[in-house]
Amino acid sequence: MLKVQGLCKSYATPQGALPVLRGIDLELATGQSLALMGESGSGKSTLLHLVAGLDRADAGRIEVDGRVLGDLHEGQLAAWRRGGIGLVFQQFNLIASLRVADNLALQARLAGRHDPHWQAELVERLGLAALLGRYPEQLSVGQQQRVALGRALAVRPPLLLADEPTGSLDERSAAEVLTLLLELLAGSSTSLLMVTHSASLAARLQRCLCLQGGRLLETA
Amino acid sequence: MRGQHARISLALLAGLLLLAACDAETPAPAAGFAGLGGAAQGFARVEPGRLLGFPADHGAHPDYRIEWWYLTANLQDAQGRPWGVQWTLFRNALQPGSREADWRNQNLWMGHAALTGPDGHRHAETFARGGIGQAGVVAEPLQAWIDDWQLRSRSPANGGLGELELQARGEGFSYRLRLTSERPPVLQGAQGFSQKSGQGQASYYYSQPFFQAEGSLLVDGKRHAVKGQAWLDREWSSQPLAPDQQGWDWFSLHLQSGEKLMLFQVRQADGAHYRAGTWIHADGRAEPLSQADIQMQPVRFSRVAGRRLPTAWTLRIAAKDFAIDTTPLQEQAWMATRFPYWEGPIRFSGSHPGVGYLEMTGY
Amino acid sequence: MRRLYWTLAALLSHWRRHPLQLFSVLAGLWLATSLWAGVQALNSQARDSYARASQLLGGAERYSLVARDGGWFAQQHFIELRRAGWPVSPLLQGRLRLHGQGEQRLQLIGIEPLTLPAGGALAGQPFERLELTAFLGRPGRSWIAAETLAELGLQAGAQPLSASGQRLPPLTVWPQLAPGVLLVDIGVAQRLLDAPGQVSRLLLPAAFARAAPPLPAALAAQLVLQRGDEGADLAQLTDSFHLNLSALGLLAFVVGLFIVHAAIGLALEQRRVLLRNLRTCGVSLRGLLVALVMELGALALLAGVAGLLSGYAVAAWLLPDVAASLRSLYGAEVAGRLSLAPHWWLGGLLVCLLGALLAGAGSLLRAARLPLLALAQPEAWQQAQARWLRRQGWLAALLGGVALFALLFGDSLALGFVLLAALLLGAALALPVGLNLLLEAWLPHCRTPLAQWFVADSRQQLPGLALALMALLLALAANIGVGSMTAGFRQTFSGWLDQRLAAELYLMPVDASQAAAIEAWLAGQPQVRALLPSWRVELQLQGWPAQLTGIRAQAHYREHWPLLSASAQAWQRLQRQQGLMLSEQLARRLDLQLGERLRLPTPSGAWELEVLGIYADYGNPRGHLLVEAAGLQRHWPGLAPRSFSLRLPAAEVPALIQALQEEFALDDSRVIDQAALKAWSGRVFERTFAATAALNSLTLGVAALALLISLLTLGQTRLSQLAPLWALGVGRTRLAWLSLGQTLLLAVLTLLLALPLGLLLAWCLVAVINVQAFGWRLPLQVFPGQLLQLFGLALLATLLAAAWPLWQLGRSTPAALLRSFADER
Repeated sequence: MLKVQGLCKSYATPQGALPVLRGIDLELATGQSLALMGESGSGKSTLLHLVAGLDRADAGRIEVDGRVLGDLHEGQLAAWRRGGIGLVFQQFNLIASLRVADNLALQARLAGRHDPHWQAELVERLGLAALLGRYPEQLSVGQQQRVALGRALAVRPPLLLADEPTGSLDERSAAEVLTLLLELLAGSSTSLLMVTHSASLAARLQRCLCLQGGRLLETA
Repeated sequence: MRGQHARISLALLAGLLLLAACDAETPAPAAGFAGLGGAAQGFARVEPGRLLGFPADHGAHPDYRIEWWYLTANLQDAQGRPWGVQWTLFRNALQPGSREADWRNQNLWMGHAALTGPDGHRHAETFARGGIGQAGVVAEPLQAWIDDWQLRSRSPANGGLGELELQARGEGFSYRLRLTSERPPVLQGAQGFSQKSGQGQASYYYSQPFFQAEGSLLVDGKRHAVKGQAWLDREWSSQPLAPDQQGWDWFSLHLQSGEKLMLFQVRQADGAHYRAGTWIHADGRAEPLSQADIQMQPVRFSRVAGRRLPTAWTLRIAAKDFAIDTTPLQEQAWMATRFPYWEGPIRFSGSHPGVGYLEMTGY
Repeated sequence: MRRLYWTLAALLSHWRRHPLQLFSVLAGLWLATSLWAGVQALNSQARDSYARASQLLGGAERYSLVARDGGWFAQQHFIELRRAGWPVSPLLQGRLRLHGQGEQRLQLIGIEPLTLPAGGALAGQPFERLELTAFLGRPGRSWIAAETLAELGLQAGAQPLSASGQRLPPLTVWPQLAPGVLLVDIGVAQRLLDAPGQVSRLLLPAAFARAAPPLPAALAAQLVLQRGDEGADLAQLTDSFHLNLSALGLLAFVVGLFIVHAAIGLALEQRRVLLRNLRTCGVSLRGLLVALVMELGALALLAGVAGLLSGYAVAAWLLPDVAASLRSLYGAEVAGRLSLAPHWWLGGLLVCLLGALLAGAGSLLRAARLPLLALAQPEAWQQAQARWLRRQGWLAALLGGVALFALLFGDSLALGFVLLAALLLGAALALPVGLNLLLEAWLPHCRTPLAQWFVADSRQQLPGLALALMALLLALAANIGVGSMTAGFRQTFSGWLDQRLAAELYLMPVDASQAAAIEAWLAGQPQVRALLPSWRVELQLQGWPAQLTGIRAQAHYREHWPLLSASAQAWQRLQRQQGLMLSEQLARRLDLQLGERLRLPTPSGAWELEVLGIYADYGNPRGHLLVEAAGLQRHWPGLAPRSFSLRLPAAEVPALIQALQEEFALDDSRVIDQAALKAWSGRVFERTFAATAALNSLTLGVAALALLISLLTLGQTRLSQLAPLWALGVGRTRLAWLSLGQTLLLAVLTLLLALPLGLLLAWCLVAVINVQAFGWRLPLQVFPGQLLQLFGLALLATLLAAAWPLWQLGRSTPAALLRSFADER
């Protein structure tokens, strides 16, 4: 469902262009989960942002379900983000002035796909029922990340993009959140692309790739 | 019956009030043209048997509601072209008997002047309050004025009407005429009591139809010396029209034979028009004509100021073997004044050819 | 739609969590709109009144014949002209006091409706609609505007008495009539004004007047053809007055927008995460901007409506003073009840929307540039602050240049205001730069660490407080400036009045014959030590209305007519008819200096005279000239004295007034004693500045509010800055006091800088704005007591503004302080 070919990206710095991605090829099948590892600054997040349509590639092609992201204009990209993907970051996932219930429903509402039954199921499975009326600042970091997961999954996206979703959590909480996520994905056709530092977490996904020197290496 | 048109004038003045007053009062049958049929509370009534006396009756009668000094002249210039001149001063009283010599005076004055010539018809209008000197009438020696228009006696002869000076001015025209007469005034109706309807409405009415006129006209800067005949009407009343009378058609005719003829009909809503007239012999004797004697028939209608007016007539008086057809000098002799009407010189042919004036109101 | 709805819902949720910011934005917009709309309401009300006055008798192109001396003349001239073929219509105008209505005077206009120039509708209503018979008949009608009737507290149909006991015709409402006007038949007017047979002008149809023949010789010496109407004159004369009001309104508007700008900017900073979340959840940039603009528009509408309502209230509150000063200064009648056209409401809302857009433009621009990805690293504050200060400094320098330019080359009121605006804005922008320099210079002298922190932290707070401090500076400077000008004017004016109003009694005869009779009668009164008649002619000099006064007995005037500048032997040469003197404002308008020559138009040709002296004529919007009476009479033969000044022992005045009134039927507008005249002038003065003073205090209030709001919003961020000190062992109470000290320090420094700025402003007002607006220049005076009072007030406002947030700080729990560590990022 996701096909990345020859993807290149570099950033302008005072010392000249700094290449981050130097020709990435990647394929992800429907329902498949893939962990992306690598050292800090290796370009993991950049790759994720490019796939999310948050940034534009210098060269190469990203194709999702037959759509080439490079051909989409701003409005179409926004639509793609609304309905085509779910995004989870390490932090700042939530809107501080909205209650948990509204944070959860935000993306689905924007995409016009708000499904109360599905949301109720998510709330239950994520264990958020008691927190719906609270504001994010009243939640623990682990709870906040569960809300973020719920928001991303509420649209039933074909592709879930997660950038170190458990990065702010201790090991136990991280494992719990990931377990929850994998359970939620188990019965669906949603593919998962997750950037992580943690080998143990990465091991629980179907595939694992490592970014090094701007290129991808498949690990065991 | 110029009087009638007088009503117009009054109308002007009074009509303004009318508009307001009518709302409040009962929706009477329109109270005649321009309100001249309205009630005359407190004003003196016109009764038969009053003896007119001159020069006193040349002056104003503030006990009566309306009054006018009305002069028309049929003139010819050196080239034989016909001209017509009208000069009118109307008085309308808001209250009876007002004689104050300041702003409290309740008489309103209005002047109309017109000059009709080969190239068209011009007219002017002006207003004044009584009591302050802008307009008024003095009986002896006769002087009637409004602004710089005036009719003024130049000699005591013939009861003050022996020699008059007439002048008026409007946009693009002015005139100055000298009028002379030797015969006494002609009393209309029954010794000056002139009935206007079958219901008793009447006015005091006398005329001087025997003026010889000469003088000059100034039209668009060109001067024309003219000569001809003129006719003065004097009339005053308090309620000259019946409420259902709509308007009138009035003729003053100078016959080549030296005789004069005054004819009018007051048109009534029911179609039964009230007609009257006076046959004035060349020696000044007046012979009243009654409804049965007079036939008046429009023969041609013209479009004037958006209205349909009978501008040519056939007039008959069987007892006098009188049968003429009239033609206007200018079909468009329209007085576009506050209360508009048609007034202009005519000539006529038939049993008694001659010239005269026609006035038509209420169209 | 759906997406827009949920985007807006998310955006608006911010305000629910930060009601204070919402309040700041709304309050700023509300205040800005309120004062601006209030001033505009006053102006448009006045202009509407002028327009109605102008329309009353035929509108802009009005021609009339008036007496050369500007007084009433015999109605007989009207008859003479009518009988000479002139289509004139008489008009009598005067002031009428109603019995039981106190001092208020109505403008009584007597007309003759039958002769009014054709097409000259009455107050815009066609002639035919006049209820003519009722008007001309008995008891007649007094036409009056509905609002004037209501102001008098009378009902339609009432027949009040005039102050002299004459009964008026029944009052009847005439819809478009100008306010403060009673329209009656001319005969009624003559009775009410006790002017039988008198008229004040003869109206002429424009078509006739443009090609009018020469006046008959007998009248040419007395009457003169005048073009123009009072409404247009009023609009011209009162222009400066309204411009001044507008400038004050604009100042308030700008201060209000400052607040809005600050609050919206802060809100944007706090909503960065929210905006980014929305973008990543699939809201396009365009959608986001549309939502932000709509949000701003909704806020502006809300605040705009509130502002318009309170603006209306402000205007209604100020209107009586404004109307009174317009009446007494210019003789202009302004309706005392507000009635505003729909375009005022729409215009007000539009201005509010534009203002909000202007104030929010910077934030919108930043939102548009907001990076989608990870939060931009907050720039090190020093760097950001230095850049900000540099920008402020450059702008201030630029504005300073503009102000200098306007000062050097300015020759109009508009440029005068440019000077003021540039000066004030420039100073405001320079304020943080100056404060930063001061604090930077101070820092090395701090010995204790806490003192160092105190000063350094004050510097860091500058950007947050700058807007509030700038608002404070502007408001203070404006107060000092306007206050100094007003107080200075008061002193100058009353001194001048004392000197100028030296006679004990002033008389204005009704007409020439009365003048002669009065003069003869007074000659037989032994207590009258001196009788000083003066003659008057109304002139137009370069299109400006002016009054030429002829005087005798220069010895008296030499003593009591102060001159600003004079040639040698000025009074002697005036007596020898070698020249004239003129008022300061006329000299400026005609650009005349001492020794130059002026040509006066007279019926017998031009009359050229040398300028011998220039005198102050405060409060007179028209020009004024002084010549020897004999010369005036030679050029305008047949003039009678228009007024007499009488010197007599003060104790004899009441008896003489009574004797005069018994002898000559002079009403109290024609016999005025010195005390009454001074009291009247004083009232004119107070009222003229009442509206200004009120607006000025409101501006100060707005500035205090701006300070409060800034401090409140800062209070939240302050917590995280103070927490480390608390952790290091500084008590909460002490922290609160320190913080208060910082605020006061900045405020006091601002006050100190406001002093020279305010005095500079005062100088601009008396030496530039006053000269351009009214034509007179005042000496600059400083009133230390007034300044101290103002300072105390400003400090109090600052204290109050700082108190609440600090009280909150003092009360904040250790937990809250602790969490500020956790939230730190």
